[in-house]
Amino acid sequence: MADAGNRSGTAPPISGGVTRARVEAGLRRRYRRERRFRLYGLASVLLGIGFLVVLFATIIGNGWSAFRQAYIRLDVTIDAAEIDPEGTRDPGVLSVANYPALLRAALLEKFPEASGRRERRELAGLLSGGAAFALRDAVLADPGIIGTTRSFWLLADDDADLYVKGRLPTGDDGEGGRLSSAQRGWLDALGADGRVELRFNRAFFTSGDSRDPEQAGIWGATKGSFFMLLVTILVAFPLGVAAAIYLEEFAPRNAWVDVIEVNINNLAAVPSIVFGLLGLAVFINFFGLPRSAPLVGGLVLALMTLPVIIIAARASIKAVPPSVREAALGVGASHVQMVFHHVLPLALPGMLTGAIIGMARALGESAPLLMIGMVAFVVEIPSGPLSPSTALPVQIYLWADSPERAFVERTSAAIMVLLAFLLVMNAAAVWLRNRFERRW
Amino acid sequence: MRLTTLILILAAMTFAAYVFGRRRALAVARAGGAVRLHSLPAYYGYLAAIWSALPAVALLVAWVAFSDSFIIGRVVASLPPELRDQPAAQLGLTVNEIRNLAAGQMVDEGRGAELQVAADLYNSLRTTSSRILAGLAIAVAFAGFGLAWIRTRPALRARNHVEVVIRGVLIAASSVAILTTAGILLSVTFEAARFFSQVPLADFVFGTEWSPQTAIRADQVGSSGAFGAVPLFVGTLLISGLALLVAVPIGLMTAIYLSEYAAPGVRRAVKPILEVLAGVPTVVYGYFAALTVAPFLRGIGAELGLDVASESALGAGLVMGVMIIPFVSSLSDDVINAVPQSLRDGSYGLGATKSETIKRVLLPAALPGIVGGVLLAASRAIGETMIVVMAAGLAANLTANPLQAVTTVTVQIVTLLVGDQEFDSPKTLAAFALGLVLFVVTLVLNVIALQVVRRYREQYD
Amino acid sequence: MGASVQERGSRPTPEVSRTMSTSSREMSARAGQEPATTVGDITARDPVMTVRNANVHYGETHAIKDVSLDVGRNEVIALIGPSGCGKSTFLRCLNRMNDTIESARVTGDFRLDGQDIYDRSNDVVMLRARIGMVFQKPNPFPKSIYENVAYGPRIHGLASNRAELDDIVYGSLERAGLLDEVKSRIDEPGTGLSGGQQQRLCIARAIAVNPEVILMDEPCSALDPIATARIEDLIDELTQNYAIAIVTHSMQQAARVSQRTAYFHLGRLVEVGPTEKIFTNPSHKLTEDYVTGRFG
Repeated sequence: MADAGNRSGTAPPISGGVTRARVEAGLRRRYRRERRFRLYGLASVLLGIGFLVVLFATIIGNGWSAFRQAYIRLDVTIDAAEIDPEGTRDPGVLSVANYPALLRAALLEKFPEASGRRERRELAGLLSGGAAFALRDAVLADPGIIGTTRSFWLLADDDADLYVKGRLPTGDDGEGGRLSSAQRGWLDALGADGRVELRFNRAFFTSGDSRDPEQAGIWGATKGSFFMLLVTILVAFPLGVAAAIYLEEFAPRNAWVDVIEVNINNLAAVPSIVFGLLGLAVFINFFGLPRSAPLVGGLVLALMTLPVIIIAARASIKAVPPSVREAALGVGASHVQMVFHHVLPLALPGMLTGAIIGMARALGESAPLLMIGMVAFVVEIPSGPLSPSTALPVQIYLWADSPERAFVERTSAAIMVLLAFLLVMNAAAVWLRNRFERRW
Repeated sequence: MRLTTLILILAAMTFAAYVFGRRRALAVARAGGAVRLHSLPAYYGYLAAIWSALPAVALLVAWVAFSDSFIIGRVVASLPPELRDQPAAQLGLTVNEIRNLAAGQMVDEGRGAELQVAADLYNSLRTTSSRILAGLAIAVAFAGFGLAWIRTRPALRARNHVEVVIRGVLIAASSVAILTTAGILLSVTFEAARFFSQVPLADFVFGTEWSPQTAIRADQVGSSGAFGAVPLFVGTLLISGLALLVAVPIGLMTAIYLSEYAAPGVRRAVKPILEVLAGVPTVVYGYFAALTVAPFLRGIGAELGLDVASESALGAGLVMGVMIIPFVSSLSDDVINAVPQSLRDGSYGLGATKSETIKRVLLPAALPGIVGGVLLAASRAIGETMIVVMAAGLAANLTANPLQAVTTVTVQIVTLLVGDQEFDSPKTLAAFALGLVLFVVTLVLNVIALQVVRRYREQYD
Repeated sequence: MGASVQERGSRPTPEVSRTMSTSSREMSARAGQEPATTVGDITARDPVMTVRNANVHYGETHAIKDVSLDVGRNEVIALIGPSGCGKSTFLRCLNRMNDTIESARVTGDFRLDGQDIYDRSNDVVMLRARIGMVFQKPNPFPKSIYENVAYGPRIHGLASNRAELDDIVYGSLERAGLLDEVKSRIDEPGTGLSGGQQQRLCIARAIAVNPEVILMDEPCSALDPIATARIEDLIDELTQNYAIAIVTHSMQQAARVSQRTAYFHLGRLVEVGPTEKIFTNPSHKLTEDYVTGRFG
């Protein structure tokens, strides 16, 4: 090329040889930059994945032990003089009797060396407050055992439970809530005796909230979430599908419809807490619906999920090819019949997929529920959409806020349950999409 | 009568209306000497069902919506004057007590007897109200059906009538989204306006001290709070800024790596994994931030001789940033893929390396779309609640130091509104003022962002 | 070192593989007439690029079959043939643009000035700096006109100061015959120009790097006749300094601008020779059928 350079006025200003030399000179630096840039990209991806791994590892690591719970076997003498001095076997008397005293007696019998008020209180503290209720239920179920000595597996206290699981930090005993060295000794002795056992923590899945970690469960919150999602889907799905049908099939192109569309897109990005404010101001204060009720929570979440469902439903209506519509109209169907008989059935799987994804989002949502009083401490299992209740993510929030150490593992376990639900829902959505999605 | 029972009865009546309406159409056709019906018989059934159900349901909804405030008004009017003439806030508490009493819950001993009369009145009014409602609703349903029965003639264009109703229902459904926005705007502005009638707007917008803990009763100490929201705005911006600082580079680089460098297999595997990050509920992030990240940062700070607050802005910001990563990366991914292949070819054809092409051609070309995505991410960060509620502080410090604890708008909304509260104190209303700010700011961000993104897409369509 | 840079991208296979299937049925009717070897002289008087036994596979599709061809210095060689015949694919092999397509597999001996361009020791960045390319659709970057032309010199570090860069940019615009039209708006976006101006901007962008060969892939297919005429004049002038390989759909264009013409059919190079001979007195039946418009 260099020789061609002089031939005409249109020759390049620098010769081919110079060009090549200059490119060559920069190559090493450029490839270094290239590698570095690529590395940044890889590092970003790995950071994201790494964080996910750490998150899940932390939660599973903290939470797996909550699925098991320590029980202590005690030989309890069901002293008639203590619980039924008159011998009437009247359930009214039996149900209010002093069962904790029986348990204290049984513990003292096992460890007679415990002396003084403080030590005795510590000894009694090995058992959960729920142990006495279990004993009462056993007695009420079979009053015949009164006067006998029976062996019971009794719920251990949360700190004892943690100690048995090896999760109680050692070294700083004496602090409130932790175990004293005497208590550790007793637990070790009971363990050596085969009187301590870790069992599947049924209570965690069957009870409502409690101030005592060992008695707290997620069933109440799960049911609350269930009622809430029920309301949400019943409200949001029909409304969302109807709105999508209107916008896709019937709406004229005018300013009002444009406003609706812009509005839907914006609503999808409004912070969830603002929906909570809406629920508080409108549903509770204006319409006088009860606080803490899954009905209100469900309505709020329905309004929140509505844009998601509308957008998904519109997309799946759009995916139905015009040929189907033309065929229906061609055989004399009215516009409404065409939509409801032909388009809707074909679009339904896509709509359901969108609805499930919306529901999964609603299930994980907690901020708006705080606004409408679903943070209440609810022990009872809710029986319907109007009874006071909380929701799974809110339960997590409440437990995460609790000072008791044993709530850490329960919070993590509740998160595992919540994530499992979300996983199932998303898997269902994926399955539905793969099963029914048609390519036209 | 219980509401559910009434609803079941109405549902049964609707079904019956369908069955009889259909039969009626057939009978009318036969009586007319096998005249052709205009529509299929089922449509006459649907029409009868609609006539029977629609007015009754409308009545039901209106009744349920408004009867309670009417009853409460009557109950309040019946109260002895010393209770009735309390300030509004006090009256609200009293009404709550009456409700609780009526529901059979225990109330403070001394007041029980006094309010019991009111509670009994409340209960009896409710019973009467639900009886009247049941009677009226059933009557309306019958009347509607009767009308349909009379009007059923072969020439009646039943299908068209039904379709008009269907269309009306569809329009109503699509207006719910508008109603929601209007509801948000009205309720929030209404309460915020009440707040600003008690606290001057300038104090709120420019005040630098925030301590909303006013006393419930005017005679208690410390009854006046300070409502300067600047520390909240600064705190919100600080945490959101930290979040974006984490999320934008990582999210963008992730999108670039996955769309330009990674093999298709890697991309297919990694994308869903990262999307899991977006699917994790925010309460989980909040828990993680408070339980793991905050102590970790505190530990590092101690090593370095820095004093890191246990509820530092840094911890909340980092975790929030991670939460937004998939959001940024999927938006950037869309945007980068929208850049035409011809531009890449042009750059490669000139001998550019991949990173040069990305940095000098793709990113500048995709910039508007990326900016739109970042704005959407910012709006997400500003409105995010659970992470900051659990991991950021409550104290309204006015600081730009990420190692200190700050509070945010959303944290304060939650704090002010959680628990029992009466509805007129500036403390409660302040939450709505903050909500208004939050709504307007995120709305503006969203509108701008969606506009920018749409323009960008049109450019390459 | 160079081979590792252009990693397998993810772009969909371009036009070639798509159009292949649509037109192949009609053409396979003539498959029996396919020559085993190319008719005519594949060599150039003063070759700058030599290609021997090139084969390209896109997944299952065998897109280029045993093609050998030279590109000579200061000459324009036109590649013609029915769509899907592989002429664009062949062109993209010459500066390794097929590297960016995932499923593409290229074999054969490609040499630029005697060096194997697919050799690991040869750098793809350097290669593309030496072999410029102009695409079917004008694809100016969404930058100013100046920055469009300055892009290549900037990434390759060809100018040591601003004055030198200005020289290169203005010189390239001048040589692309665009300078007079854009002088007053050199800082406005290149995307604001007309289609023909955009394409000449792309040519200016290519020659700013001072390549030895310029590949043109149907550069006028998106342009009107007047713009096309200007580009053709430009190509004529550029031959004074560059070797040009141009793929074209238009036989008239090939006849107007090129000194040699190569006729491709179903991935094979059927005939190559002086342009005049190909259009007036083709040796192969397929070539004759094509240039006389019996199919294509």
